[in-house]
Amino acid sequence: MTGRMPRSVDDFMACACAMEAEAAERYAELADLMAAHANRDVAGLFAKLAVIEGKHRDQILEQMRWTTAPSSHTFEWETPEAPETTDPGDLHYLMTPHHALKLAEHNEQRAVEFFERFVRARLPAAVRKAAAEMAEEEREHVRLIQEWLAKVPPPERGWDDDPDPPNVAD
Amino acid sequence: MTPPDHTAMTTGGRCTSVSIALAGSGGAGVMTAGNMLLEAAAHAGFYAMMTRSSGPQIRGGEAAALIRIATRPIDCMADRFEILAAVDWENLQRFSAEIPLDAGSLIVGDPDVGRPPEVFTRTGAAYAPVTLKKIAKGIADGRPNMLLLGLVAGLVELPEAALHDAVAKTLGKRVAALAPSLAAMAAGRAAAAAIERRFSLATPPPRESARWLLTGNEAAGYGAIKGGVRFVAAYPITPATELLEWLAPALAEVGGTLVQAEDELASINMAIGGSYGGVPSLTATSGPGLALMVESLGLAVAAETPLVVVDVMRVGPSTGIPTKSEQGDLNIALYGMHGDAPHLVLAPNSVADCLLTTQWAVQLAESLQCPAIVLSDQFLGQARAVIDEPAGTGDAVIHRAVAAPGTTDYQRYALTDNGVSPMAIPGTPGVAYTADGLEHSERGTPSSQVTDHTAQLDKRRRKLELTDYGAHWADVEGDGDLAVITFGSCTGPLREALAHTPSLHVRLISLRLLAPAQPGRLAAALAGVRRALVIEQNHTGQLFRYLRAECDFACELTSLHKPGGAQFQPGELQQHLLEWSRA
Amino acid sequence: MNQTTTSHQASAPGDYKSDIKPVWCPGCGDFGVVNALAKALAKMSLQPENVGIVSGIGCSSRIPAYMSCYGFHGVHGRALAAGTGLKIARPDLTVIVTGGDGDGYSIGGNHFLHACRRNVDMTYIVMDNRVYGMTKGQASPTTEPDWDSKLSPDGTGLREFLPMVIALASGANFIARGYTGDPNSLAELLVQAVRHPGFSFVEVLSPCITFRPEQLEWKKRVRAGALKPTADMTRATRRLLRDDGFDLGVLYAGSRSPYEPRGPRATKDVSELERRFVL
Repeated sequence: MTGRMPRSVDDFMACACAMEAEAAERYAELADLMAAHANRDVAGLFAKLAVIEGKHRDQILEQMRWTTAPSSHTFEWETPEAPETTDPGDLHYLMTPHHALKLAEHNEQRAVEFFERFVRARLPAAVRKAAAEMAEEEREHVRLIQEWLAKVPPPERGWDDDPDPPNVAD
Repeated sequence: MTPPDHTAMTTGGRCTSVSIALAGSGGAGVMTAGNMLLEAAAHAGFYAMMTRSSGPQIRGGEAAALIRIATRPIDCMADRFEILAAVDWENLQRFSAEIPLDAGSLIVGDPDVGRPPEVFTRTGAAYAPVTLKKIAKGIADGRPNMLLLGLVAGLVELPEAALHDAVAKTLGKRVAALAPSLAAMAAGRAAAAAIERRFSLATPPPRESARWLLTGNEAAGYGAIKGGVRFVAAYPITPATELLEWLAPALAEVGGTLVQAEDELASINMAIGGSYGGVPSLTATSGPGLALMVESLGLAVAAETPLVVVDVMRVGPSTGIPTKSEQGDLNIALYGMHGDAPHLVLAPNSVADCLLTTQWAVQLAESLQCPAIVLSDQFLGQARAVIDEPAGTGDAVIHRAVAAPGTTDYQRYALTDNGVSPMAIPGTPGVAYTADGLEHSERGTPSSQVTDHTAQLDKRRRKLELTDYGAHWADVEGDGDLAVITFGSCTGPLREALAHTPSLHVRLISLRLLAPAQPGRLAAALAGVRRALVIEQNHTGQLFRYLRAECDFACELTSLHKPGGAQFQPGELQQHLLEWSRA
Repeated sequence: MNQTTTSHQASAPGDYKSDIKPVWCPGCGDFGVVNALAKALAKMSLQPENVGIVSGIGCSSRIPAYMSCYGFHGVHGRALAAGTGLKIARPDLTVIVTGGDGDGYSIGGNHFLHACRRNVDMTYIVMDNRVYGMTKGQASPTTEPDWDSKLSPDGTGLREFLPMVIALASGANFIARGYTGDPNSLAELLVQAVRHPGFSFVEVLSPCITFRPEQLEWKKRVRAGALKPTADMTRATRRLLRDDGFDLGVLYAGSRSPYEPRGPRATKDVSELERRFVL
């Protein structure tokens, strides 16, 4: 993070909550985008991931006894956007569920690494403890995604083969 | 009352026309399959036409390839589709107006992706579920779109050999894709055998002339080259871009040049510069681009510079609907220039006619030394059709009247009897002059004298009025005391409506030369006509108003018009004409 | 995303996105700009109703519809002119002009020069993908000279347009380059651009996955933070001489005064103008 690092557990958990919230919003946007391009499978998958991240956000809210997520614009991520947020540049309209889950796996992995930096940083013990817990949570998420990945077939040869030329829309 | 279905005529139980919609989304490849079907029909000796429809996405969205196959030449799509075959149903209801079905139609779809949208099924069309995805999975690298292609070809009994050739040609170097495609098509054909409803095509008549497969945009591009154009400056705009993209390499092959300009203002002025230099020049655009060009078109009029502008009209006003057709630019083509600026306006009335009309426009512009606006439209420009070898104007390249070197006391804008004064081409000694948008004397010197102004205005009008435009000014067909007057892509469905309604004795006048107006010829063409109907595709009846302003009509004249976005259908026009004729 | 009502205090990026879903190709760089712009507006706590987003024609010109601010989707190439008119007539609004390299540097080229000169206080964001996407793949002024396309087979052969150079030479008061693959830095750049007085120009490298998929390589070529802001024209010029088009950051943050109508203005009654005619 640029600027200030959270020095209290409250600050830290607000940051973690913002991350989950942003990830959820992004998955929802991407679900809409893929639906608009008739990629139902991946749209459905992103929609599920949006719900899952939403649950993670809600878990934090419950744990902290907050009613709303604290606003995230005070946090500045070092990496492109929040660590768990999918880069829209990584999509392809013909991408398969396998590709989508690989993106999700990457997102969760980045989240693990992000929290581990707090564990190693010079911060109050309570914050480092909270960070360690979050890192473990994210590791669990990585495992779940990997289990999901194992059930999904790898992309077929020619998955991105579309014989039709692009359209003019304007 | 349902209009009589005249398009799916049968001869001994076989169809002389079949319309097929291939639809799907997300990279299903329906356009490719549609093009293959079109090519196959061409190879098998049929006439055919393909248009397309798609969602707003650039890739992966819902798309439909609309193909009509017939045993006689066709210039429009039919009133209904016999077959709607879809890989999936994602958002396809948006095409329901463009894919009209009825109780005689057949819908083919994959039950594993859902039922066809209600808007299609409530027409009463039969539904034949075929597990396309499943079957395709059973074939190595098999694709549902190729399955659908084979199936549809089976339903209409398109010869397999023709299909094979078309697929091989389209795939070209991608030989690895050939075997799976053929296998998928065979599986599709087998699946068709299980479907009861079919639309077997009648045998096409033997070929009497060569057949061509091309779009109106390509035909216009070729017509321009045939007319002598060797310099094009242009800016991409939907739906004219393909005309330019065809011209770019083609021009180079015949020693010409195409330059992509920074915008339409640059395009028109570059073309004027090229023409001033002695090279027949052209640009192509659509409504918004033409709007930018009008000031400079006035310059071409004033300086008497030959020039052709092809306007592939789209729905306006302003940005409008870039992917749909309308005849809304007649007004700006006729009246867009400030001042009194007589010039030529022409309009092709079929895909084939895009060649003749553009060639003729070049010839007229060169011989009359003025701009010619060719009003094509999105439907003609982008429809891909199998046609008989199209006629050109029959003339070789027309050269402009040029000044001989060393002419003493050369007057660039001399007041000749026919209004055409020889033009000096840069490089010719002894006759150099300065072309000018300023009003000028016969010599070409700027002048603010009203006598010069009047004389030059008269000259510029005289040269257009005294020309004999010959037989191409309009297509006049049929006879009767009723007449319909139209232009452009309304002609195709009108011709078809009249051909299928022998009870109607209606003269068809499809104007190819719109400006200068031809009141005398029009009056002659309307001799004996009591009532005439002007038919056009715009919201305000632009042709109707223009004709009323320019011509006297002995007969009653009324207007039938509707805005762009949907072409007139033969059945729709037949209905209107029958009602109108009885009124 | 919900449409913001006028009574709601917008402060989250979601408040700036409309309920119209973008139909850009998945993988398009322009998504990054919408996200960055939403973040920037949220950070500055600008109310959507006080922001005008003006665009021309092209894929990136679709942005106004996807945001909940006031939008104007005009004709091809004239967005800067429309934006200028809006800002001069309504100086209280925050005016942001968006578009692509075709719209902005080709047909819009003339207006670009003069907008930099005029230095009206607004922000111009160009999503540069070095191609005309909407009309299916022709060369734009920033396309490399040997890039083959149907309209220019074997390439245009023309030297690329250099927008940063033109902007600096023409008088733009703030010049930066961003990249859509780095939206947080981009959001930061946009905040600076909007806050900086005068004409702020942000050139954003935005890959086109459909017509220039090779641009996904830009990820490896861009250099974040390689440009450091200077208010010195000479330094900025020299810096540009070693610019290869992939250095990100703020090139120039100058101190020219933003455009103001010259001369005194009063609020006389209209009828007072008659006096000069009356004998």
